Amino acid sequence: MSTLAETQVGAQAETRELTYREAIRLALEHEMEQDPTVLLLGEDIGDAGGPFKTSEGLLKRFGSNRVFDTPIAENCFVGVGIGMAVTGFRPVVEIMFADFLAVAFDAIVNEAAKYRYMSGGKFAVPLTIRAIGGGTGRFGAQHSQTAESWFTGIPGLRVVAAATAPDAYGLLRSAIRDPNPVLFFEHKGLYVRKAEMTTGERGLVPIGKARVNRLGKDVTVVATLLMVERSLAAAATLAEEGIEAEVIDLRTLHPMDLDTLRRSVEKTGRLVTVEEQPKPQGWGNAVIASLAEAGVPFKAPPVRIALPDIPLAYSPGLEDAMLPSPASIAETIRQLVRGGR
Amino acid sequence: MITTEQLKHWYTEMLRIRLFEDKTQELFLRNLVQGTTHLCQGQEAVSVGVIAALEAKDYVTMTYRGHGQALARGMSMDGIFAELMGKRSGVSLGLGGSMHLTDARLNMIGCFAIVGAGLPVAVGAAMSAKLRGDGRVSVTFFGDGATNIGTFHEALNMASVWKAPVIFVIENNLYGEYTPMRMTAPIDDLAERAQPFRMPGVVVDGNDVEKVYATATEAVARARRGEGPSLLECKTYRHKGHSRTDPGKYRPEAEVKAWLARDPLIITGAKLREAGALTDDEDEQLRSEFNAQIDAAVELAQAAEAPTLEDARQNVYAR
Repeated sequence: MSTLAETQVGAQAETRELTYREAIRLALEHEMEQDPTVLLLGEDIGDAGGPFKTSEGLLKRFGSNRVFDTPIAENCFVGVGIGMAVTGFRPVVEIMFADFLAVAFDAIVNEAAKYRYMSGGKFAVPLTIRAIGGGTGRFGAQHSQTAESWFTGIPGLRVVAAATAPDAYGLLRSAIRDPNPVLFFEHKGLYVRKAEMTTGERGLVPIGKARVNRLGKDVTVVATLLMVERSLAAAATLAEEGIEAEVIDLRTLHPMDLDTLRRSVEKTGRLVTVEEQPKPQGWGNAVIASLAEAGVPFKAPPVRIALPDIPLAYSPGLEDAMLPSPASIAETIRQLVRGGR
Repeated sequence: MITTEQLKHWYTEMLRIRLFEDKTQELFLRNLVQGTTHLCQGQEAVSVGVIAALEAKDYVTMTYRGHGQALARGMSMDGIFAELMGKRSGVSLGLGGSMHLTDARLNMIGCFAIVGAGLPVAVGAAMSAKLRGDGRVSVTFFGDGATNIGTFHEALNMASVWKAPVIFVIENNLYGEYTPMRMTAPIDDLAERAQPFRMPGVVVDGNDVEKVYATATEAVARARRGEGPSLLECKTYRHKGHSRTDPGKYRPEAEVKAWLARDPLIITGAKLREAGALTDDEDEQLRSEFNAQIDAAVELAQAAEAPTLEDARQNVYAR
């Protein structure tokens, strides 16, 4: 006889085409049906189904003891999530725009991240914080940041960024099961992307592993979120010119999968990082520093493709120009490989 | 009705906390406790009175000035001294220090050194209790200064909207660090801040353990009945400065003198003496017994080992 949980797990397994948005929603639904301690908290996530519809129908299905609309008070409801997490629940908190993580910075950096440590290991904080970030939406400077690097230097946190629908599903389920606070970054420009994917237990994706999306011998391109597909598009263009780029989706920013990056750069000798954050504090800095420190032999100085040291602009043409595009990524790689840089 | 026996127990608890803090101050001046420490001499009635109104299953969160609550709740004195002295046998392996005393077995789930940070966590714990329907309440202690920070207002609002079984306890010692409350808040009674959130806000003499207990008991009962949160303002006074070696010279002499005369030990001690339940000899004896316990705990802590880098590394992430 199978248990109820096993029956549910069996029912979750399927192969089908889903959008990134549907994958997020389904990951929440599947974790909620499997684990009654999983709760959702956030602004407008109940009847409204979330500003990006990632919790559509979940209030109806699981009820108001599982799905909580919160006041607009990020620092507080992240703290409330921490309190629930240390007393037996596994809350998933939604931050409507990743930019608003700044409002909750204290709860995340001083409380959630250090809770276990300061108690000498007595408490675990199984809290997932979903943050919806990224440009292309014409949202201006306070609603467009991806913000993942704000948290990569904080011991106690895990930082995850999903670039595809299968990863959104698999990484989110892993994040919810993780006994530590996990910052889970989504990109609003990716919500409509579709992919064939496996759901259920086999669809889980481990935290801490980068993925090589395309093999190549000439240059390693490391990217996150929307920049992964743009890097792949650039690589496709370059392949026609005889430049073979290896494209890696970093997926977890903390802890970083340096082994995968190192193996790739040892093969290619060239490194380009592509991200949607201002260059001074991008995660590309840590990638390059870590590989340099590890003694990886570079044939040419590594290159960072990132946003200029300017907040993202509203004006559509200007926003587009500030974000790395397949063409601009391709051009930078071309110059690097051909020795023009 | 509070019995003389109960009152005497509270007196001895307050005395134990007082002597603990006196020793902590001495250890700090001798550099055996380092960094910073925030003492609670003068505020013991708040800790003892509120904690007495709780059951073992209830959740407690507190602040960096939390030694009194930790002791009142029954946290091991050996474990606290070891923590203060940065030893591996400390309640938090020596990784937390004076400002981070927690004990899962006592449901002391959080101790925060960021002003206002504990309130949302307390609301979260209260919601856990409410969702499970296990009848627990969540009590959170914080200072007057915290009522000026955003999380105070956000947490009271959320607790009220969700009818969370939480009791917010202000230890109003009249100074937010070094600055008098009258310079940072436009009201005298911080309990008024409950009104916009439609919850009871009660002012209580925080130096009278009986009154603190009675008021807390009412708030706890209300929360347990599912009627939601309360705000308690316990008016009290810090005998010492804010932290470290601060002598508190910014406070008017007459004010200090008046409050010292209203020492919770004096108030409760007088009642006990009047009832014939405490003599000077007995008081002396209690003091020497506690001091002996304290000295033994300090000796134990001094001899204990420090945590290793491996201890630190092992406690960043749960597995």
